[in-house]
Amino acid sequence: MTTYTLPDKNGKFGHYGGQFVPELLMPALIELEKAYETAKNDPEFQQALSYHLKQYVGRKTPLYYAEQLTNHVGGAKIFLKREDLNHTGAHKINNTIGQALLTKRMGKKKVIAETGAGQHGVATATVSALFDLDCIIFMGAEDIERQRLNVFRMELLGAEVRSVPNGSGTLKDATNEALRYWASHVQDTHYVIGSAVGPHPFPKMVRDFQSVIGKETKEQILEQAKKLPDAVVACVGGGSNSIGMFYPFVEEKNVKLFGVEAAGLGLRTNQHAAAITKGEKGILHGALSKVLQDDHGQIKEAFSISAGLDYPGVGPEHSYLHDINRVMYVSVTDKEALDAFQLLSKTEGIIPALESSHAVAYAIKLAKVMRSDETIVVCLSGRGDKDVEQVQKRLEVE
Amino acid sequence: MGKERIERTFQNKLLRGEKLFIPYLMAGDGGLDVLDERIQFLEKCGVSAIELGIPFSDPVADGPTIQKAGLRSLKEGTTLTGVLKHLKKCKKTRTVPIILMAYLNPIYRYGLENFAVDAKEAGVDGVIIPDVPLEEEELVTGYLHQHHIAFIRLVALTSSRDRVKEIASRSEGFLYAVSVMGTTGARKNHDSHVKDYLEMLKRYSSVPVLAGFGVSNVEQARKLSYHCDGVIVGSRIVELFHEDRTEEIKVFIRGSIHHTLEPSHKG
Repeated sequence: MTTYTLPDKNGKFGHYGGQFVPELLMPALIELEKAYETAKNDPEFQQALSYHLKQYVGRKTPLYYAEQLTNHVGGAKIFLKREDLNHTGAHKINNTIGQALLTKRMGKKKVIAETGAGQHGVATATVSALFDLDCIIFMGAEDIERQRLNVFRMELLGAEVRSVPNGSGTLKDATNEALRYWASHVQDTHYVIGSAVGPHPFPKMVRDFQSVIGKETKEQILEQAKKLPDAVVACVGGGSNSIGMFYPFVEEKNVKLFGVEAAGLGLRTNQHAAAITKGEKGILHGALSKVLQDDHGQIKEAFSISAGLDYPGVGPEHSYLHDINRVMYVSVTDKEALDAFQLLSKTEGIIPALESSHAVAYAIKLAKVMRSDETIVVCLSGRGDKDVEQVQKRLEVE
Repeated sequence: MGKERIERTFQNKLLRGEKLFIPYLMAGDGGLDVLDERIQFLEKCGVSAIELGIPFSDPVADGPTIQKAGLRSLKEGTTLTGVLKHLKKCKKTRTVPIILMAYLNPIYRYGLENFAVDAKEAGVDGVIIPDVPLEEEELVTGYLHQHHIAFIRLVALTSSRDRVKEIASRSEGFLYAVSVMGTTGARKNHDSHVKDYLEMLKRYSSVPVLAGFGVSNVEQARKLSYHCDGVIVGSRIVELFHEDRTEEIKVFIRGSIHHTLEPSHKG
């Protein structure tokens, strides 16, 4: 029996979510919502989606028992959901495949996207190449510096990468610019939002496309451990991999869910990206959620070693799941994430993305205080190849 | 005060055969100290009302000119609280209606009810919130109505006929017709179907219809005004104030107000 049916018809999770966008964009959101709702119930669409997820993306991804890490840490058994093994190296493509198919259904030939670490940009550029869509990626100037290799990858895939120098030159600014561009080109362009943020129906749609992660995990853990996990851990920036992982577990009350935010240099500093832990209710990029902001409602710049978590807002459903105490939101510093990055590389031969390293870091802390017959699933949302250069520089300094 | 003041002021001007002109000012651009001086200057130019922008860190409906002005203003330390206090102080000397333009978050953070109370006290007559569409307006309209502040609604070129009807039927003060596809800022031309769009809005709206976004010279202002009741000019005014070219502002405003016929081909 399902009792969790959010969002409601107004796109609200409790009082979070909604559609706080200029009138100019409303017709496009209404069109998208209609297109998505009919596609969702269309076997042909679902078949095309699962075909591409299987044959192109390489799903299902393994649920891997990290025995070496478990032995090293001591305590609960740690399983890794290997989203890093997807085509393009992260979970982002689960969503972009879905949205690209939807774009074609709506008869649009152009897509735009924002990107932080470049993972969503690469995933969007990839499906644009596959489905023959024109593609422009908006990326903060600072992030372009941090993720040069991904910029080249996107260009190689045929996308145009537009540098956004405004503000702090990160994900928030790239999103602003993508929204502005969308307003000018809304009639022939679909905006492929990459996280569980933005106006309705994006948070719902992105969650649905990503929930393949949690659905597979549930089956796999039952097969391997013969029971549901005791805890599930995933990192939260905007919150797409985490909501995809959590959603199928929301009604499993015995499964503890942990969302890990980026604490950057520490929650007591101003240099972090912990929107749920430290933010206040507010409106950013079309939704009411928790937002890092000052006393006058100006949005603060977030800070994290991981470009993918460097965002002052968070998906509205996370704010809701926090308020109803269904998910516990915790945080991990840059330093802890870096340690986990190295530890997983050394013990398991798996280099995790810096984003995912936050989840690994918390799982390590958690495993230590749990029994050895208990299990933890960590969403390993992406691989760390993109971060190797940045980590090298950082470790040299230390 | 409030909604009635906007509607009465506009009606009087229209009866005299003038077109309406609302300039946009970014509050705090150049510091709050210059605000009164600028308001008084605009009043002397014969404007119908003043749209006063509250700076926001993430203004998604604005193009480069207003984005930059907002950043300058934020650097001056401008806050919604500060602007409302300032407006309250010099309420008595103002002669034209004041319409605040703010993104929702600063208002939400201020507290929706407190905002309505304090805005009323400060002599604010209307409010424009570009990121609050029809679907979400209940969040703010209750408090605004209670304090007789007009909630100015925007319609866009993409709005369906049904949405236009719905928005127009609820409109108060005036109807803000966004006349470009995109953000604020200068454009070379307006689309040819803007004429039909404005004329449709005129048919459905019981309050005056003003065209805004992308109006940056007298010719454009006249062309658009021919099909509706007047124009709102933002980026160009912001730019001219910033560059101290106030004489050109006067010429722009006067040239836009005093005419009734389309300049190029009549009708």
